[in-house]
Amino acid sequence: MQPMTTEQIRALIARGKLKDTLFQAIGILCLGIGLLVIFLLVGDMLMRGMERLNIEFFTEFASRRASQSGILSAWVGTLLVMLVTAAAAVPLGVAAGIYLEEYAKRNWVTDIIEINITNLAAVPSIVYGLLALGIFVYTFGFGQSILSAGLTLALLILPIVIVATREAIRSIPAMIREGSMAVGATRWQTCRYHIIPYAMPGILTGVIIGLARAIGETAPIITIGALTFIAFLPPAPFAPTGMDGATAGMFDWVMSPFTVMPIQIFNWTSRPDPAFEVNAAAAGFVLMGMVLSMNAVAIWLRYRMRKNIKW
Amino acid sequence: MQTHDSPQLKAEARDFNFFYGQAQALKKINMPIYDKKVTALIGPSGCGKSTYLRSFNRMHDLYPGNRYEGEIRFYPDNTNLLSPEVDPIEVRMRVGMVFQKPNPFPKTIYENVAYGLRVRGENNKRVLDEKVENALRGAAIWEEVKDRLQDLAPNLSGGQQQRLCIARALATDPELLLFDEPTSALDPIATGAIEELVHELKKRVTILIVTHNMQQAARVSDYTAYMYLGEMVEFGKTDEIFIKPKDKRTEDYITGRMG
Amino acid sequence: MNHTMSAKSASDLHQVSDRLAHNALRNVNERLIELVLFAAAAVSVLTTVGIVYVLVSESIHFFQNVSIVDFLTDNQWTPLFDDAHYGIMVLISGTLVSSGVALAVAIPMGTIIAIYLSEFANPKVREVAKPVLELLGGIPTIVFGYFALLIVTPLLQKIFPELPGFSLLSAGLVMGIMIVPYIASLSEDAMRAVPMSMREGSYAMGATKLYTAIHVVVPAAVSGLAASYILGISRAVGETMILAVAAGMQPNLTWNPMEPAATITSYIVQVALGDLPHGSIGYQTIFAAGLTLLLITLVFNIIGQWLRRRYREAY
Repeated sequence: MQPMTTEQIRALIARGKLKDTLFQAIGILCLGIGLLVIFLLVGDMLMRGMERLNIEFFTEFASRRASQSGILSAWVGTLLVMLVTAAAAVPLGVAAGIYLEEYAKRNWVTDIIEINITNLAAVPSIVYGLLALGIFVYTFGFGQSILSAGLTLALLILPIVIVATREAIRSIPAMIREGSMAVGATRWQTCRYHIIPYAMPGILTGVIIGLARAIGETAPIITIGALTFIAFLPPAPFAPTGMDGATAGMFDWVMSPFTVMPIQIFNWTSRPDPAFEVNAAAAGFVLMGMVLSMNAVAIWLRYRMRKNIKW
Repeated sequence: MQTHDSPQLKAEARDFNFFYGQAQALKKINMPIYDKKVTALIGPSGCGKSTYLRSFNRMHDLYPGNRYEGEIRFYPDNTNLLSPEVDPIEVRMRVGMVFQKPNPFPKTIYENVAYGLRVRGENNKRVLDEKVENALRGAAIWEEVKDRLQDLAPNLSGGQQQRLCIARALATDPELLLFDEPTSALDPIATGAIEELVHELKKRVTILIVTHNMQQAARVSDYTAYMYLGEMVEFGKTDEIFIKPKDKRTEDYITGRMG
Repeated sequence: MNHTMSAKSASDLHQVSDRLAHNALRNVNERLIELVLFAAAAVSVLTTVGIVYVLVSESIHFFQNVSIVDFLTDNQWTPLFDDAHYGIMVLISGTLVSSGVALAVAIPMGTIIAIYLSEFANPKVREVAKPVLELLGGIPTIVFGYFALLIVTPLLQKIFPELPGFSLLSAGLVMGIMIVPYIASLSEDAMRAVPMSMREGSYAMGATKLYTAIHVVVPAAVSGLAASYILGISRAVGETMILAVAAGMQPNLTWNPMEPAATITSYIVQVALGDLPHGSIGYQTIFAAGLTLLLITLVFNIIGQWLRRRYREAY
């Protein structure tokens, strides 16, 4: 190879820089496509669903007539299922996270638990549905109820809550732990009064992200056999049930049949009558609103946390 | 300060200032670098010797907020390396660098050495084979690796990795070779091998080496510059600097009263 | 309860023994709490055990009625017809074709975005782009299904007029967009973990940004990239609602993305929507299908683990 002349080298560099610029353009384009999809989705659902987005839409049950259908049972169902999910996933996930970070010894049991959590995150959500169908619905006899659905989604988001808890705990410096132990606090007292409060914002972020994931999950809930056409609400605590003056118990609602937002949308998109597309769009917009605002809260929390790090 | 056997200039810093954001890291540096000689930069940590070294191949351009002032003239063509009109990539094609910690790429030994050639668009196997062998011989590592050129470079020992990185830099025939504390991560035997190599290499290339080890500077260099707090305190022939430093600060550093 | 003073005389002895009793109680308490926390951590293992137990036990019933050879080789899937056939390849073909389309979109796009964000974009762009990607990844899949059916399919029909209303292509493309954020985010993390000294080595040789990215950063981050691709594959294979909405649910042994077809997941949804009696052979098919799905995911994850070990980062 002859030594290259300055001109040759400059031409070579110019070509290289052109490729750099082209690649940057492609990169921005790819990012833009992602952004475009979000805008297109939200915009399309808003435009299409606009005519149905009024108060009645939220206060009416689903109906055979598209123009009279609402999402009352769906959003109430979603809310109640999320309640059960949070009630199960948060204590379990936080406790598991604390155990793994603060208590677990390095041995094969711990290794199995850790590998297991990683692998569970890769299991398709519909498989959780099959698990719930076999265990919650039939073996435990919970039936196709809010309880079954809530527990299923709780198992689904458990890895998210555990990982978030562990990361939050890991970011607490050892001196806090040592400081507490040094004044004679037990391990649990250290956790209770120092670790958990400090880790709270991080745990909360993880919980919100997990719930935002759960709220949009459809497949596992369909799998346990949730009904798509529900024109009633689960019994409120102590509401009168019948004519003999009996009232519902505090937790009767957990055993009630139900529907949720994504299932209602699925139901409407699979109708041949295009009038239901309008309903699907409107309900989709509402669901997107819920999910995006939950994610926005989580992102904001994380941002604030990063700003407020005191150590 | 020139004497009778005045060698040719390869590069020269003229009133060179450097800023990290608002902070001035190098102050008004003037210093010659002679062709086919080894020049050592010594001084306590934080004195700016690495910052100065990394200006010769415009490494600071990779990070935002850095600013050069003044000139580093490069001969024979008398280019100002720091000029905004001069592309940093063009500078780096002429100035090679060996880093503090060996940083072989996650590729085979062969591809590590061929890297710079491929960057320059060379893909002819015969040419590559020849240049790779020459570079590996030049870096005194050919005998150790000639039978395993297709092994992954990160599997070599630390000392071998560093010699491989020297071969990588040599393969493209740089006019100036920068060494940034090349032995600080190596054991004494590997260090000895590198020092011997530096001595050998000055027959073909001009060398600028940063070191925190004064014995090393004394062993390998022809010229030495002592830097302190971003200033060039003293520059001269290595023997003179070590035997008869003119500046009190240099003397304190060399005799171990400071740093 | 204050035990801060020390026992100064014999009369204080009962105080000491009180404190010891208290300590013993405290130890029991601590043990109990540890046990409860351990039980919570064990739930995740129980979940796995439960999944395997349910899928395997129902599948055993299924395979008592259907031979594994038929299951793997039959080219029809009609479990609910009088003339029942149980050829899982029919569903696997739909799953693989739609996943193939999705990955053909998601892997290049996700990798390009990751390289762009990690090597080119300035920090401000990155700060904004990452949350936006997260939002994209957080969109419920049912909404993506709606998007595929009512927006993407009509658009595609303008380019390919013969494209049917349901197709693997349309569902696969949207699935790809859904997976992009996962791959982009994980790959970007892997590339940013590559030490700066490695990049400096390349730039010092006169390489451009793109050359450095492709020839040094990507090879150095390869095990992280592989992990992100494997996660992408798992997502694609297990994705349900986009396919149930936009790909049609009729079983169809095909390798052509322009056709509608059922996948393993959309079949399960279809059966669950109907009213199959618990314990019937139709009920058992969804567990056999689910087991197949889990095994496919498992195979990819094992390959992923192996790749990771093989190309462990050497820096």
